[in-house]
Amino acid sequence: MSEQLQEPDLVPPHPPGWTEEKVADGFSVPATPSEQPGFQISQRAEVRPGLEGEYLEVAIGPHHPSTHGVFRMDAVLDGERVMKLKPVFGYLHRNHEKIAEMTTYLGSMPYTDRLDYFCSLTNNWAYALTVEKLAGLQVPERAEYIRVITAELTRLLNHVCLIGFLTHDMGALGTPLMYAFREREKILDLFESLTGARMMCNYMRFGGCRVELPSGWLEAVRLLVDGFPRFLDEFDNLLSTNEIILARTQGVGILSAAKAINSSVTGPMLRASGVNYDIRKVDHYGIYDRFSFRVPLGDHGDVYDRYMIRVLEMRESLEILKQALRDIPGGPIIDPKAKLRNFKPKVGEAYGRIESPKGELGFYIISDGSANPYRYRVRPPSMINLTILEDMCLGHTVADTVVILGAVDIVMGEVDR
Amino acid sequence: MLGTGMIKGMVETARNFAGSYFEPERMPTIEYPDERQKLPENSRSFPFLVFDGEDPEKGLRCVACKICEKECPPQCIYIILERDEKGKAQKHPRTFDIDVSVCMSCQICVEVCPFDAIKMDTSFELSTDDRFEGLLIHKSSLAKSNDYYRGIHPTEAEEVDARLAAEKAKAEAKAKPVAAKPATPAPAAKPVPA
Repeated sequence: MSEQLQEPDLVPPHPPGWTEEKVADGFSVPATPSEQPGFQISQRAEVRPGLEGEYLEVAIGPHHPSTHGVFRMDAVLDGERVMKLKPVFGYLHRNHEKIAEMTTYLGSMPYTDRLDYFCSLTNNWAYALTVEKLAGLQVPERAEYIRVITAELTRLLNHVCLIGFLTHDMGALGTPLMYAFREREKILDLFESLTGARMMCNYMRFGGCRVELPSGWLEAVRLLVDGFPRFLDEFDNLLSTNEIILARTQGVGILSAAKAINSSVTGPMLRASGVNYDIRKVDHYGIYDRFSFRVPLGDHGDVYDRYMIRVLEMRESLEILKQALRDIPGGPIIDPKAKLRNFKPKVGEAYGRIESPKGELGFYIISDGSANPYRYRVRPPSMINLTILEDMCLGHTVADTVVILGAVDIVMGEVDR
Repeated sequence: MLGTGMIKGMVETARNFAGSYFEPERMPTIEYPDERQKLPENSRSFPFLVFDGEDPEKGLRCVACKICEKECPPQCIYIILERDEKGKAQKHPRTFDIDVSVCMSCQICVEVCPFDAIKMDTSFELSTDDRFEGLLIHKSSLAKSNDYYRGIHPTEAEEVDARLAAEKAKAEAKAKPVAAKPATPAPAAKPVPA
């Protein structure tokens, strides 16, 4: 009557090559763990004859506090040295792009908040910028200034948090993170009084911003900008010359400029490798050509450079904020042509990109003239920066892996979308 | 010299520790259930329905046009239109439910509502032990008076009241052109000077 069901082949518990016997054969250990120049030979793992079978396969994560979310690193270890490391992500996949293709253009604005949930305002900006390109909307002056102010505050917030988490990853349990969160709290309070929400701001609209600044908000930002350098100086005193930080970060996770460019790394990680590429300078989106600021660059491309770049970038952000607060004009905050409902941009495609605190955040949208995008794609900086993780970690210890991952600055909401 | 960096850091920590007794800026925490921070005016949690007057049924501004239901990104609003015995549509919702376990507080419903009927609440202590029925809020508990709205968002409510009064006056003037009286212009919110 029916065909005999075939008994399925027994699935081995490990993929081929990962069993204990096969580890020695299955993995070709590179003679030089990393091809990049400047790699410290002393840190290279040497496979002693007779000990080939001693590799240990460890899954770091997905539920591990140092992986910044649900993220797994499949590491093959020789003692404490990392011989092979495979980043595995996708645990937080939420179908963001397909949801956005099913909802209206306005409807995916609150979802962009949830990509990189530390930087909801820059996410909003990137999406709004793309749709404005698509629909040809003009953003009023005042809205542009508000966008710059909120984006630079977001950058401060992100970098402050990152440094807190990074020191936390290195074992400074509590103190620097709490100092960082204290500063973050002030910025979040500003966001709350402006947008109504602390993290999921949902503030920008196509053609401008949602609400007018509440009275006294600019004064509060001025106060924050004036008080912030004191905190940065404190952080410098606390961390930048600390011997433990130096020992843990200098020469760790070196990424050469060539490799960084070839792997499409963007943002502070790329600049820490010495490549002068900041989309605020290159692309001049918004009104960034009106502000004078410098782009800090690193020399070595190690974790310490990545830390320092963030500290210096915060100082430059403060400069931008000062200029923006000085020059902000009055006027409308949204393009009168912008429609909230029944918004249907004309047929076409657009790619909008901004320098988010983590790198190049881009949105690519194809419109077929209907109320929802035909194709919606996010270019997430965290995920693309994460792909180079193995090259930075090879030959280092497990404890260094955690620090290197911390300095990449990932948010899993954006990596997996 | 090895160790100076660490000593510098220790001095900074000590300064912060001592400063937390004197400077409120260094001690930002409060003991939450006993002390409460004042919420900013723009603060938002979940939507509620505004009604005018005394009766939450009659005074409900909502006309069940279902725009918010359609625009809501996570689709957490559920509306059934009220109909009389003959099946004629009444401008009133029979059912208006919001599932706050799905709602993501984006306030798009507030922005798209043409009748100023739905606004954002600020109450946040909504924890319940019933994760299904307890988080599905019905019309009876969603309806809150305009006075409540004025209490939580004074500036915004003032603008809305002025706009609604102007619209009402305009409609009346249109209905009775003889007794037309120029509607008082709404006091528009002044842009904040830079």
